[in-house]
Amino acid sequence: MKLPTFKSGIHPEEFKYFTESLAIEILPLPKEVFIPLQQHIGAPCKPLVEVGDVVKVGQVIGSTEAYVSSPVHATISGSVKDIERYLSPIGIRAEMIHIVSPEESDESPESEKTNNKIDWTSLTVVELKNRIKNAGIVGLGGAAFPTHVKLNPPENKPIDTLIINGCECEPFLTADHRTMSEMPEKIFIGMSIIMKVLGVKNGHVGIESNKPDAINSMQKLANDYDVGVVTVKTKYPQGAEKMLIKAINGRKVPTGGLPMDVGVVVHNVGTAVAVADAVLSEKPLTQRVVTITGNGIKEPKNLMVTIGTRFSDVLEFCGGLIDETVQVIMGGPMMGIAQYDLSVPVIKATSGIVCTTDYKQVEPMACIGCGSCVNSCPMFLMPTRLARLSYIRYWSDADKMGIMNCIECGSCAFVCPSAIPLVQWIRVGKRKVYEIQCDLVV
Amino acid sequence: MNDVQKKIDEKPDPRKKLIQPEKILIINSSPHLHTSKSVPKIMWSVIVALIPAMAMSIYYFGLPAVWMISTCLITANGTEIVMNYMKGEKITISDGSAIITGILLALTLPPSFSLTSAALGSIVAISLGKHIFGGLGYNIFNPALLGRAFLQASFPVAMTTWSYPITSKYSTVDGVSTATPLGSFKFEKIFTEYSDLLTGNIGGSLGETSAIAILIGGISLLVLRNADWRIPLSLVSSVFIFGGIFWLINPNQYPDPLFHLLSGGLLFAAFFMATDMVTSPITPKGGWIFGIGIGLLVVIIRLFGGLPEGVMYSILLMNGVTPLINRYTRPRIFGESK
Repeated sequence: MKLPTFKSGIHPEEFKYFTESLAIEILPLPKEVFIPLQQHIGAPCKPLVEVGDVVKVGQVIGSTEAYVSSPVHATISGSVKDIERYLSPIGIRAEMIHIVSPEESDESPESEKTNNKIDWTSLTVVELKNRIKNAGIVGLGGAAFPTHVKLNPPENKPIDTLIINGCECEPFLTADHRTMSEMPEKIFIGMSIIMKVLGVKNGHVGIESNKPDAINSMQKLANDYDVGVVTVKTKYPQGAEKMLIKAINGRKVPTGGLPMDVGVVVHNVGTAVAVADAVLSEKPLTQRVVTITGNGIKEPKNLMVTIGTRFSDVLEFCGGLIDETVQVIMGGPMMGIAQYDLSVPVIKATSGIVCTTDYKQVEPMACIGCGSCVNSCPMFLMPTRLARLSYIRYWSDADKMGIMNCIECGSCAFVCPSAIPLVQWIRVGKRKVYEIQCDLVV
Repeated sequence: MNDVQKKIDEKPDPRKKLIQPEKILIINSSPHLHTSKSVPKIMWSVIVALIPAMAMSIYYFGLPAVWMISTCLITANGTEIVMNYMKGEKITISDGSAIITGILLALTLPPSFSLTSAALGSIVAISLGKHIFGGLGYNIFNPALLGRAFLQASFPVAMTTWSYPITSKYSTVDGVSTATPLGSFKFEKIFTEYSDLLTGNIGGSLGETSAIAILIGGISLLVLRNADWRIPLSLVSSVFIFGGIFWLINPNQYPDPLFHLLSGGLLFAAFFMATDMVTSPITPKGGWIFGIGIGLLVVIIRLFGGLPEGVMYSILLMNGVTPLINRYTRPRIFGESK
């Protein structure tokens, strides 16, 4: 049987065996957390607390009036020690609220108020939207786009399909996989809520074929919720929005467009769970599932981590790094960000922490025109040409060749036999073209 | 702005107390995974794929084939080292590309060709064919074919003096020179048997005679994805179709398409010369155009040109067009409107 997929793409080794059969464990609450005021795409929040204030779990500590934004919440109870710029895992110094819990705190992460579960079907769409917005939910797949913005499509863009992204095409990561295996019901409830908010009837969950147990557990419940579970081919980057839409209903998002242009909204499985939590128990997004994996960590684990916990605390719980570890990456190895300082906190977009001992520097050679990058590019660009145009600073030519359509999946740099940093140069070019476009507007 | 940054930098970092051991971690930009393929690996797999053709050439033509291949190999690599030295760069013979050029050039030469001229050809192939453009990856024309074109222009008689393989039933004791199947058809209208064409028991260049040995190596290249399958496929089928059209028009004057495929250097060139990554288009559509273009030119030169064989010039011509093909066959971006 031919599984639905998209054209081109790559097959990196999966490395999922570290954690794919390990149940999600709960990380004990840390003694201190660092909560960045901006953990999403959009306007940063302004702090609502001051140094010395006492905060409780789930209290809003930062928000803003801007529409494309998402509030942040205290993830432990304690007092605000300081509000300073700390190093963030995305590589910049960002303003963070540093909360320290009192010594005698006996709080445990399970103490969530699950008693007041409500029947969400009685809530109106506006109430549902508000709950999702107030819970500070952002896309948990890694991009961290505020979820409530996606749930408010403009009126001229009718939406008819919701796709829940359970592909998890990044090597190593198994957070979504374990979520689907262990809490399919929550995913389906979250999905139904999102479908009600959007007013759509079609719902699909796309799962790559390398997660048979997740497909099984999801399929068992799918009929009860009247949604489809679609097994898609295991291929990178199957989890990219545009590729997944192409695989599931064959629609092509136009260049420069968004999924809503073809009537589709895509959410990650983790986001669906967060939506269910937000609506059912009014629990804001204070925790998320993180895969701690790789051959550089003593005990790989899937962990429910409190947002704001330092990487070093998380890694310590997993036995710590082995001595040979040379790289720690936030996210997957294809699109993740390498860290040099382990005091950075887990943020809403942290889907995994990959610790690896394998790093070998490869000296780039000249392009030999093999065409591997052209054949692997899921967006059908010519990466070698775009990288070259960036390198020689021909920004407008790069723009004409479609550099802004690059989704930065990294397939080109992965397959390049000459080890040319293709996607890296394309990123430089994209940024430059973007700056030039902004200048032209001003 | 600078003052602000300074202030930030000067501020005592409260994290300093938090960090326990200083562990040195490498940071780089994603992706952090890389394929196991590399340029030397691709080149070496091409060399391995050339082994059947080399073995057959030694089997058919004996020691002269060994001398020819080793002469070209040594001079090609020697030139590479000299060129590296002159350009002030690292020695690049380990990437295998000079080895390939040497073997390819040797296999396209007549068995009785003088070794000195072959060495000269190798020097031209590596220096003028490759390094003058900037080295591997920058050359416009296939270096081995450029070297061969140089020899063809300089030694036209020696380049078309063929001898029969030592195993051939046509061979005579004194080893008089003979014609290739293409030549004998073009000028004397004599057909060669298909079985001899397949096994290579015919007059011709060292490595180009045995279709079976070429196919074994060529298909291994395609299976391991070290060559673009579109190029050999489109090249061979376009020769078959265009050659077939002329054969249908006048079977007495033009050879049948199968003869086109099996004779001359066509198969060898289709699998090993045209698929040279550097000088062939990078786009999928470009591969088709490139192959079809070569096929068309081959048929035209073979049937209407002054030479019996036209594969070399066809490929060199299409090499020159490759940048244009790349430009005009840019794939349509995902979601781009028609």
